[in-house]
Amino acid sequence: MPEPILQVRNLTVHFYTYAGIVKAIEKVSFDVYKGETFALVGETGCGKSVTSRALTQLIESPGRIVEGEVLYYRDDGSVVDLLKLDEEQIREIRGNEIAYIFQDPHASLDPLYTVGYQIAEAMEVHEKVESIKEGIKKAIDILRAVLIPDPERRVKNYPHELSGGMKQRVVIGIGIANNPKILIADEPTTALDVTVQAQILDLINQLKEKYKATVILITHNLGVVAETADRVAVMYAGKIVEIGSVDQIFKNPLHPYTKGLLKAVPNPMTKIERLEAIPGTVPNLITPPSGCRFHPRCPFATEVCKRKIPELKELEDGHFVACHLY
Amino acid sequence: MEKVLEVKHLKKYFPVKGLFFTKGWVKAVDDISFEIYKGETFGLVGESGCGKTTTGRTILRLIEPTAGEILFEGKNVMELKGDELKWFRRKAQIMFQDPYSSLNPRQTVFEIIMEPVRFHGIEVNDPEEFVINLLKSVGLNEMHLYRYPHEFSGGQRQRIALARIMALKPEFIVLDEPTSALDVSVQANILNTLKDLQEKHGFTYLFISHDLGVVKYMSHRMGVMYLGKLVEVGPADKIFENPLHPYTQMLLSAIPVPDPEMAKELKAKRKIIKGEPPSPINPPAGCRFHPRCPFAKDVCKKEEPPMVEVEKDHYVACWLYAKS
Ligand SMILES: Nc1ncnc2c1ncn2[C@@H]1O[C@H](COP(=O)(O)OP(=O)(O)OP(=O)(O)O)[C@@H](O)[C@H]1O
Ligand SMILES: Nc1ncnc2c1ncn2[C@@H]1O[C@H](COP(=O)(O)OP(=O)(O)OP(=O)(O)O)[C@@H](O)[C@H]1O
Ligand code: SF4
Ligand code: SF4
Ligand SMILES: [Mg+2]
Ligand SMILES: [Mg+2]
Repeated sequence: MPEPILQVRNLTVHFYTYAGIVKAIEKVSFDVYKGETFALVGETGCGKSVTSRALTQLIESPGRIVEGEVLYYRDDGSVVDLLKLDEEQIREIRGNEIAYIFQDPHASLDPLYTVGYQIAEAMEVHEKVESIKEGIKKAIDILRAVLIPDPERRVKNYPHELSGGMKQRVVIGIGIANNPKILIADEPTTALDVTVQAQILDLINQLKEKYKATVILITHNLGVVAETADRVAVMYAGKIVEIGSVDQIFKNPLHPYTKGLLKAVPNPMTKIERLEAIPGTVPNLITPPSGCRFHPRCPFATEVCKRKIPELKELEDGHFVACHLY
Repeated sequence: MEKVLEVKHLKKYFPVKGLFFTKGWVKAVDDISFEIYKGETFGLVGESGCGKTTTGRTILRLIEPTAGEILFEGKNVMELKGDELKWFRRKAQIMFQDPYSSLNPRQTVFEIIMEPVRFHGIEVNDPEEFVINLLKSVGLNEMHLYRYPHEFSGGQRQRIALARIMALKPEFIVLDEPTSALDVSVQANILNTLKDLQEKHGFTYLFISHDLGVVKYMSHRMGVMYLGKLVEVGPADKIFENPLHPYTQMLLSAIPVPDPEMAKELKAKRKIIKGEPPSPINPPAGCRFHPRCPFAKDVCKKEEPPMVEVEKDHYVACWLYAKS
């Protein structure tokens, strides 16, 4: 039996904006197992980043976590609900046992400090080193671990002196500086070229094995999911519509949205006569469609789909889908 | 087949400005030659900064080339003046990546589409009906006529941009990452529309993208760029089946494919090549790929490899295939 490291239940986040209440994610539930790579996939605005940030209460005003629990199974056997911790307690965990790698290295690196200083600071905050000076020494090892050539020199560089790929490696370095148990990587390669993307994904995989970490990978790229994830959750308009192993999702997709998404992506290694497009556009989340949020675009929608919200059901071992067809 | 476009030894260097004088040159495009035939899609791929956009814009005379020749339907683009230049400006169009900045936010869809039509003096009997028909051909409708760009999604804005281009009845369209800012479900829609329009009107496309899956789906022939150089040109199917240039091989093997079984296989074979593209300011001598190439020999460091035809219509610039 796989052991859970996270159990997310009914996670709901709303943003209170002038235009109205944005129901960004609604009763999102999933488990993440120890040592796996769990992918959250879906199109722009479906709630991937909000979900991943809410796991450690990283939601800022005008947003609020309205409901839910995030059970975290610690190594010592204890279980905590991360959403019940106060500011100080969650800070001890965030960036330490649970660390993030964000999409945009420009936003996660401070242009005014050297990369060595920034890695050192991440360690000092969590008392992994006594001083920044000691941290900078350790930072050299971390830069080496993330495959930055000539780390003794690079540690003194400012972010603008590095290429995009190298910056992203530094961000990964900060993420792993404290040996996290869970590494949450939000679109870690989206801004990068494919050859650099391959290097970075390979690096994340190696680090995951080395530190026996669990990875939550957020991406809209189905190719990246197919090649790196063990299990996948597909999100649409703030809801999880399907969860399964990579093979279940790609070989036997059940939800009409997952099916559509897979047919809309051109696989460069096969001959495709015609891509199938999903009609319509993603709904706004202030007034999301009633019932199943996919119903205005779904070719199989029936009366019940407009009225009733479909719940996630387990149809085969570990394969969940939220759709009235099943 | 009829050539729409011929590019010969095209170069575009940008100055790197120092405090008082030019410190050097960014060789964004450095001596490339290719042809595009009527009714086809020519894909241009390569990593960020390799010169794809510069190539597309130089061809359209949106930026002046440093050297080289561009022939559009046999006419030298750099020498066009007056009415002939106006004709070229109408026949050769470009669609940009960013659906947000390419439309004037203060104009309605009707005005956006009619402005260039009036500029080019194209006679239209019933402007409203004319625009409605264009909107329908790109999957929009009369409801959208008097709305403003901010009322549309990204995919819809790209459709408006497309309708505006179509109003001018062009022959040739540079599509510079037309779907990169869009979601996959919307992207498929736009790509299909582009294909349908090509079939119906015989458009010729230069399709620029860094997404190899999209390029494979769209292109008849394609070129691969690396640091300002074309390294491989040929039919898209042949390049994907049998990539010749070591860089093309590395690029193709790095693509994550949306199929777990295939991905496992490809990943096992993948050679992850160290390093990143060097700067185009002082590109490596000889073959520009040599610092990252596992097959580099002595000659690669000294002399630039010539383009040679290895199989029918399939060209590569690499010393593995040429005699020095
Ligand atoms: N600060 C905010 N204020 C208002 N709405 C917000 C805010 N942050 C996020 N949202 C909304 O929450 C929803 C989910 O956003 P989220 O960033 O999680 O999407 P995502 O799946 O990560 O998309 P992407 O692929 O573009 O990163 C979106 O509709 C977004 O507009
Ligand atoms: N106006 C300019 N002035 C100076 N350098 C420029 C200018 N435009 C482009 N360059 C440089 O020329 C090179 C090629 O740029 P270009 O935009 O053509 O690349 P690209 O292949 O389109 O990349 P991307 O995939 O990122 O769009 C880059 O090094 C770029 O920095
Ligand atoms: S619940 Fe109904 S509308 Fe939603 S995906 Fe299933 S069939 Fe389609
Ligand atoms: S010319 Fe030499 S260095 Fe360049 S790609 Fe061919 S083998 Fe490699
Ligand atoms: Mg996001
Ligand atoms: Mg470009």
